[in-house]
Amino acid sequence: MESETKPTFSKSTGLPRKRFYRARAHSNPLSDSHFPIPISPSHLDFSLHFPKFFGANNEEVSKKAEFADIGCGFGGLLISLATLFPDTLMIGMELRDKVTEYVKERILALRKSSSGGQYEKVSVVRTNSMKYIPNYFEKGQLSKMFFLFPDPHFKEKNHRRRVISVDLLDEYAYVLRAGGIIYTITDVEELGEWMRSCLEKHPMFESLTQDELDSDPVVELLCSATEEGQKVARNGGQTFRAVFRRIAYVS
Amino acid sequence: MDIEGGERQTKHEVAPALISVHPFQKSVAITVGSALRVFDLIENRPVSLVDESDGPSHKDSIRAIRYGSSGKLFASAGDDKLVKIWSADSWHCLNTISSEKRVTAVAISSDDSYVCYADKFGVVWVVDLDGINEGKVLPSKKGVQLLCHYCSIITSLEFSPDGRYILSSDRDFKIRVTVFPKKSLQGAHEIQSFCLGHTEFVTCITFVQNPEFAQGYLMSGSGDSSVRLWDITTGSLLDTCDVSPTVKHLESNESEPTQVTVTDICALPNSSLAAVSIQRQVCFVLACIRFQGIVLLHCDLSAHTLSITKVIKIPGGSFIPTSISFSTSTRLLWMVSGASNGSNHPGYTRVRLISRIEAEPSSVLEDEQVPGGTTLLEHLQGKVSIEESVMSAAAEAVRAAMCSLMVKKQYSEENREFRKNNRNDKKPTQ
Repeated sequence: MESETKPTFSKSTGLPRKRFYRARAHSNPLSDSHFPIPISPSHLDFSLHFPKFFGANNEEVSKKAEFADIGCGFGGLLISLATLFPDTLMIGMELRDKVTEYVKERILALRKSSSGGQYEKVSVVRTNSMKYIPNYFEKGQLSKMFFLFPDPHFKEKNHRRRVISVDLLDEYAYVLRAGGIIYTITDVEELGEWMRSCLEKHPMFESLTQDELDSDPVVELLCSATEEGQKVARNGGQTFRAVFRRIAYVS
Repeated sequence: MDIEGGERQTKHEVAPALISVHPFQKSVAITVGSALRVFDLIENRPVSLVDESDGPSHKDSIRAIRYGSSGKLFASAGDDKLVKIWSADSWHCLNTISSEKRVTAVAISSDDSYVCYADKFGVVWVVDLDGINEGKVLPSKKGVQLLCHYCSIITSLEFSPDGRYILSSDRDFKIRVTVFPKKSLQGAHEIQSFCLGHTEFVTCITFVQNPEFAQGYLMSGSGDSSVRLWDITTGSLLDTCDVSPTVKHLESNESEPTQVTVTDICALPNSSLAAVSIQRQVCFVLACIRFQGIVLLHCDLSAHTLSITKVIKIPGGSFIPTSISFSTSTRLLWMVSGASNGSNHPGYTRVRLISRIEAEPSSVLEDEQVPGGTTLLEHLQGKVSIEESVMSAAAEAVRAAMCSLMVKKQYSEENREFRKNNRNDKKPTQ
């Protein structure tokens, strides 16, 4: 077996083992980037990410990624979403090199072990999504964006490093189509309030009603599917959620 | 201890000279360092600026100047974190806006009701100019945040000809087209498009239009040695013109692969030609920009194509245009070369003009032929004649100024680690 030759992979599950992909929990999004970035969304090579769909016999070439998990971490949510939405292309974005590598290996291993091809439509890129979102997605391309347990950046001086801010919401509103949904969750009360107030202030987003939240199957995954969420649940911590819809807007 | 890295940072930044001509050629303004010099072209006399604040109007390098398209207002801004709005008739300072950070670009809306400026954080601010008129000095106002390029310095700000959009280009490679809102003091949240295609910093943007296409198309110049044509409503790239072959034309000694920086661009109104000032860039890092020249591009608005019409060589090798401006009525292209010299010394500037730019051959005017003659040159340049040797020394400062302004600092892997480990905000370890 191939998994035996790779010491960083678990022998029982064939998946990469997290202990070999540990990275610092924080990464400064303001620092200069030293990884390749596509010049524009049309320069993004999907055949690398979704070889089954953009290979030689490409039938669904017109299809584009619709979900983006910003700061996907170890990719727990992506893996759960892949089975829940088998027809949707989705992409995770992560700034930390090692963590991205882990998710990449994890997806490759899952693709190999699963027979139904359920994980062929998930992929991950290493990028700084606070800077380069428009290089990856066209206007109105996305229907869901996820910001799960982002870095809280407590110091006031560092608030502009937060992944949700009124300015960055302009860019997220640009890549989300009207009706698209933005999911945010955190275990830090202060950050939860911050994210909610940013979304409330922004004229292009409106809050989902309780009924809508209850009927959305994704909402419960926010806590249960992610590694961070499971950790919070284990410790009996509280989570703060803000789910908003991108609305059509005339200025 | 980190001495080397610290020293490099405290070295004073030099600012390139800028020029702007009144839309109806009533006056011409140039800046070098903190000095703002204006010359009245109708009465042929230097203009003395009237500013209520004590001392010099600007205390540090001016980075952006601009006339409003109506010709009533003039704005100047720079490293002293002040944006000053002047009456372009009386040259009284009508308003002084203080910014939190140094200012890199400024724009005035076509109806003279708003001024926008961009700061070193990549934030664009808007100030309502309501009530601004002749001779009345408004109380100092504060800017309201309009939009933000996340952590990238904005190089140019421009309103679309119809006033619907505000465009901002940055030092990464982006041009953002944002709908300019009716209630602009609540921020501009609706992004119309991103114009993506440049692979280096974008230095300058302008609109080309003619009566047939009053809406106009956007042209941009960049450090990737290209000029590009865009449709701003969709953000689609219509054409790319590589201007590096023109450098081969100008310089015979060909050795390294040439990369050219387009430093300034201006459209010739109601015609489909745009003049581009270029500088050659060898490789990437510091001390890299070498000369020179003006390139005239033809832009076919119906076919969406760009092509090089001709290259205009400026006699005397040491003239590196840092900024250009075109006056519609007299069809003269104004060019300035120069850079500030340290903090207080304004440095040398040289003003030159090209007439009959579309004709063949177009001529670079001799000093005697310049409108305003020696009085103009004396005021704008500081003195009438500048020796060639002084100019070539100044040319070096110009190159350094353009480089440090545009090119992001590049560090080797090793150097980066060193800087990371010697950050001055880190607590000293025992």
